[in-house]
Amino acid sequence: MDTTTFVVFLSAILFAIGTLGVLLRRNALLIFMSIELMLNAANLAMVAFAMRWNQLNGQMFVFFIMTVAAAEVAVGLALIVTIFRTKRSTSVDDLSALRG
Amino acid sequence: MSDLPLLIVLGALSIASALGLLLSRNAIYAALYLVLNFGVGAVIYILLNAPFIAVIQVTVYAGAIMVLFVFVIMLLGAEKLSIEDSSTSFAFQRPLALILAAALLVIAVYVLFMRAGVPQMTNLALVDTSPAAIGLMLFNTYSFPFEVVSILLLVAMVGAVVLTRNK
Repeated sequence: MDTTTFVVFLSAILFAIGTLGVLLRRNALLIFMSIELMLNAANLAMVAFAMRWNQLNGQMFVFFIMTVAAAEVAVGLALIVTIFRTKRSTSVDDLSALRG
Repeated sequence: MSDLPLLIVLGALSIASALGLLLSRNAIYAALYLVLNFGVGAVIYILLNAPFIAVIQVTVYAGAIMVLFVFVIMLLGAEKLSIEDSSTSFAFQRPLALILAAALLVIAVYVLFMRAGVPQMTNLALVDTSPAAIGLMLFNTYSFPFEVVSILLLVAMVGAVVLTRNK
């Protein structure tokens, strides 16, 4: 098994664990962290393929994904803080009403 | 490649820290497991000939993003997660989630290795991945996405301020 195969396999496992976190956990912060884990798994596969094809483009995409992830975290955590102010909870089971 | 034993150790660490994130009872511990996972990822990036990505992985992911996470967890006082497991209203979801995640993993491995197949290429001279080369490509080939991303960051900043503002 060569390096690229191993790392792509690792990234598939990490992505599945992140999916499991999103499906199993009830805390919005934990779900959010699992999404970060999935983004990181995708980055890992992208860098592995960039090395395999001997090109920089894959690494550029990782750069942009990291930027988008930073923006996503800023907005997402702001949403969680705002929801916590009204509901006094970070559990997604408590967010059953569309009315704010 | 000669660094495969090192990669196996790093991969085991990475999976272990991801499972720690999945199973931990305390949100702070979960965040620290995620920091460990990102740090291990940075080392893997160095092994994959991506030093610049490794550095911004540490500064942006393990640094900025996780500091934000830990800050919010402590701000909300939401570190104790024991309440969530007492809810039995959706008990069937747990085995179902395990089955679905296993199916996702099997399908991903099947598509990646059986259908698409990782291309077997001979060892070429490795491309220049120094920050200088990345900067050149960023401002030549990818200058338009770079500008779009700057607007995205501005919108996210304004959005975060508007969302958390006290009325």
